[in-house]
Amino acid sequence: MSIERFLNQTVSPWMNAEGPESDIILTSRIRLARNLKNFMFPTLGTQEEAKKVLDKFKQMIPLINLYPLKDAELLMMEELQPLHKQVLVEKHLISPNLAEQSPQGACLLSQDEVISIMVNEEDHIRIQCIFSGLQLEEALNLANAVDDQLEQHLDYAFSEVRGYLTSCPTNVGTGLRASVMMHLPGLVMTQQMKQLIPSINQLGFVVRGIYGEGSEALGNIFQISNQITLGKSEQDIILDLKNVVEQIVQQERSARESIVKTAGIQLEDKVWRSLGILKNSRIIESKEAAKCLSDVRLGIDIGYIENISRNILNELMILTQPGFLQQYAGGPLRPFERDVRRATLIRERLLLENNS
Amino acid sequence: MICQECQKRSATVHFTKIINGEKMEVHLCEQCAHEKGNIIMFNNSSGLSINNLLAGLFNFNPNIEHTHSNAIHPNEIIQCDTCGMTLQQFLKIGRFGCASCYDAFQDQVTPILKRLHGGNWKHIGKIPERSGGTIHLRKKIDILKETLQSLVAKEEFEKAAEVRDEIRAYEKQLQEGGE
Ligand SMILES: [Zn+2]
Ligand SMILES: [Zn+2]
Repeated sequence: MSIERFLNQTVSPWMNAEGPESDIILTSRIRLARNLKNFMFPTLGTQEEAKKVLDKFKQMIPLINLYPLKDAELLMMEELQPLHKQVLVEKHLISPNLAEQSPQGACLLSQDEVISIMVNEEDHIRIQCIFSGLQLEEALNLANAVDDQLEQHLDYAFSEVRGYLTSCPTNVGTGLRASVMMHLPGLVMTQQMKQLIPSINQLGFVVRGIYGEGSEALGNIFQISNQITLGKSEQDIILDLKNVVEQIVQQERSARESIVKTAGIQLEDKVWRSLGILKNSRIIESKEAAKCLSDVRLGIDIGYIENISRNILNELMILTQPGFLQQYAGGPLRPFERDVRRATLIRERLLLENNS
Repeated sequence: MICQECQKRSATVHFTKIINGEKMEVHLCEQCAHEKGNIIMFNNSSGLSINNLLAGLFNFNPNIEHTHSNAIHPNEIIQCDTCGMTLQQFLKIGRFGCASCYDAFQDQVTPILKRLHGGNWKHIGKIPERSGGTIHLRKKIDILKETLQSLVAKEEFEKAAEVRDEIRAYEKQLQEGGE
């Protein structure tokens, strides 16, 4: 019973900058949407129905025979404080929807935070697996293994023609959403991202900024995910996504090269200035922090900065979110107080780097 | 301004329809707007939400525009018997109420799925081991039948006979109800 562990362990293993293409790709995530037969979908279901679904799920937990889910923890949304839920959202372990408006919502979380199974979200069950770097196959294999375990004990709503039936028609069929989180400062700086997005869309993939509102991508972090879930096999979906993502990686690499070649000193200046801001500021807004973190990470990847770990971006982007800051402060903070807190936290984190 | 739909009465209802990010101005008279009913979302400028996507899809369906074969009659209510959700409700919120809705709204759902999933409407992919029932078996038989045909075409009759026996065995299993 330690929600504290998930809250205090800021760095999930998958946040480490490891795995293939991890200089550009932060994480690979797979989500499978499943529903139970003979129960209304959560969007329409009553509290009573939702309770029954949750009970069925709970009864099944001890029957799961899968090592990665050993000692997994069931977190009941109703029992969590709003701030704690916010932290879980910021860590991408649960969805905002589950945190805010899911009656009888719950989440079964593996010890290493790689697997998260949400109950009574938009669908009865949503299996999520997150890996660092470009590891879509690995994430899919694990999600499938979890899915197979659940299916042994739960009756899924499945139709031969439509596949796995989901609450929203955008998820039906495989119920699979594969997403890759990418750090693309080179493409943003060279203004290629704007042109790239429509062509990625045309291929049936969605691009969005993962932090920040609307089209704005805080920290130059983008998420690319599949739109089509029906009429394609799981393997084809992730293969196509992988192909698109690898092309973006190539373009990002050549964008970085061309910046270094044509404006190396300007870029170096930008990177070091940003590090200066992070090391010295006493008040910093999330937008500025994200920008500077992105610059510093780019500087590390290019080789301008040598003694700071690449994890800094992955880690601090999450650590400096409002929920986390308040969790650290031990209570609610006003926006100004957050900015002060954020600056302190970043300084302390960077100090830690230099000593190691 | 004259109503786009009937070209008779004057248009009093004005809104913007967004289909795949493309804005389209619509001007209708009260009566025609009503006939289109809940399937139109008003002036939602936020772009590609599932709701206006669905609304757009439905309105845009050529069958509706020309032959009215799929159109919902204003007085007709299509409802899912299992959960009670009506087609109009589904189009409004963009979410099904239960698994049976997929069958209840089948005629309308197919074009929607095609639009959302690049022309696809049929599942290709994972089949659950238990809930999948006899699907696994039938898929296996289908694949074997294709193999059989190509073997026959290549005049490899000995192998073909083996495959035929295999198919028969599976078909027998199927008749006995799976497993
Ligand atoms: Zn009219
Ligand atoms: Zn229904």
